[in-house]
Amino acid sequence: MNELSQTLSQPSVASVSWFDFAKRHRAILASIFVLVFPLVMPFTALAVNILIYGLYALGFNLLFGYLGLLSFGHAALFGTGSYLCGIAIVHFGLPWYLAIVVGIVGGAVMAAAIGALAIRTRGIYFAMVTMALSQCVFYLFYQAVDWTGGENGLRGINVRTIDVLGFKFDFINPLTRYYVVAVFVIMALFMLSRILASPFGAVIEAIRENEARARASGYDVTRTRLITFILSGAFCGLAGALMALHLSIVPIEILHIETSGMVVMMSLLGGMGTFFGPFVGAAVFLLLENLVSIWTVHWQLIVGAVFVVCVLFFPAGIWGTILKWVNK
Amino acid sequence: MSFDLIALQLFTGLALGAIYVLFAIGLSLIFGMLTVVNFAHGAFYMVGAYVGLFLLSLGGNFWLCLIAVPLIVGTVGLVVERFLIRPLYGRGIDYPLLLTFGLSYVMVELIRIAFGKSGYPFDTPEILQGAVNIGVGYFPLYRLFVIGIAAAVLLGLWLFLERTSFGLIIRAGARDPQIVRVLGVNVSRVWLFVFGIGSGIAALAGLLAAPLQGVIPEMGATILAEAFVVTVVGGMGSIGGAVIAGLLVGVVVSMTSLFAPEMAKVSIFALMAVVLLVRPQGFFGRAGLMS
Repeated sequence: MNELSQTLSQPSVASVSWFDFAKRHRAILASIFVLVFPLVMPFTALAVNILIYGLYALGFNLLFGYLGLLSFGHAALFGTGSYLCGIAIVHFGLPWYLAIVVGIVGGAVMAAAIGALAIRTRGIYFAMVTMALSQCVFYLFYQAVDWTGGENGLRGINVRTIDVLGFKFDFINPLTRYYVVAVFVIMALFMLSRILASPFGAVIEAIRENEARARASGYDVTRTRLITFILSGAFCGLAGALMALHLSIVPIEILHIETSGMVVMMSLLGGMGTFFGPFVGAAVFLLLENLVSIWTVHWQLIVGAVFVVCVLFFPAGIWGTILKWVNK
Repeated sequence: MSFDLIALQLFTGLALGAIYVLFAIGLSLIFGMLTVVNFAHGAFYMVGAYVGLFLLSLGGNFWLCLIAVPLIVGTVGLVVERFLIRPLYGRGIDYPLLLTFGLSYVMVELIRIAFGKSGYPFDTPEILQGAVNIGVGYFPLYRLFVIGIAAAVLLGLWLFLERTSFGLIIRAGARDPQIVRVLGVNVSRVWLFVFGIGSGIAALAGLLAAPLQGVIPEMGATILAEAFVVTVVGGMGSIGGAVIAGLLVGVVVSMTSLFAPEMAKVSIFALMAVVLLVRPQGFFGRAGLMS
């Protein structure tokens, strides 16, 4: 992964100026793309899904692509955000915007709990511990039937209208729904861009490149890892909360190992450690799933095989390969 | 709650633990040698159970399966190592992990295509049905048999690793593949062989678990997460650690399902959390292997 990340993050001397421009204004460009995106999609519900999973992959990528920690338990963060947002609406009758905040906080708190344990380990151990702990979260939510509906999932998250400052938006309309979700995704994009451009973001990448040197330079590696994990959890919690509103039900499958694996696949397909790669990965993954499932129910076979080929031959991912090519 | 009941539950835990041990030992062996975390190990376990089912439907008997299943699935493992994992050596530890993860998707889906999505029951072989008196009460014969087989495989593996020259090469290769290569040993072939053994043992574990739990395509994912707990508790790459932690995890699961059934699924993760807090490298883990 080191050689990959070096080629991606080191600005090449001969790079063209518009590439630098694009890099500096990546959040704005990404937002413009997000705004016109549903117009090129076959149907809007798919575009909403891509947006939400893209946000989920964005949060994951902060940890894996930028910090270099491979987590196999991100479903726990995504699912906690989703469940807590749903519980806030169903059991406490909170308005939708407060429920989203509850989801974000839930994702962050779950990340703090899992992170506090997993951060003590590194490398492959980290992947194993996060996967095991997320399995534990699955059973906890599965057994709290009164709160979560257990096997049947949490039902009854009915948000029909979204009112902002006196304006009412029809949340049933797919396109309105897309743009409501897009507003949150764009805010997240700007936030992430800000984090990565900050001195803290520089420390994150320094730790990925050379942990010993970062530590010798006086940075608190452990604390940086934990904070990044929590930030990642907040992004994933937001994605989960939006998912709960979008589906109006939280299925228990959201906490399955497959949901953790899916985000790993998306990030790798798109290009880990790149700003927009996770969205590209989410889009390709979901489009592939949709197209393949038209002619066979066994889409996982094709998607798995594509993933294996990607690991073998295109480790930089789609977006990463394009960036490399442009950067030359 | 009588003492006999607790003792019987202890044996149940040991039988469950024996399956964990067989599963985790392959994981540990492959990691110790190849530094590959095999996320497809659960898929090999599942395929083992299905191959057993298939052989029985052809009219084979259980004893034949015990030999044939590890051989067949072990051969699949050889092919996987040679053509999928070998190109990734030297490219960092994440890539083989991701590749085997994708591979497990493919394997599970292939099984779904061949056998359908729903599960199958797997009959306990007739001669192993019934229960025997073990002093504290009647205990299912099949579970005793599982403990016995696991012990025999472990003994065989130990003799192989400690008493044969090939075992010596494996142990030396785990310490320093470079030096072993310099001495004129074809290390790639050793690694190929180790991956084959590991997946063969995983398949045997799947076959042994089949009469206890039935056979479904998703059976691999659950045990993989639990085996990671075993590996974390025992220490990565340590075979002794895998044995002790596997038995311990089995006993913890069966004891909590006796005393606090609602906690049975969560208890082993709590065990892992405690071990991580006290000794992050596990019982027998070497600190260097963690990074």
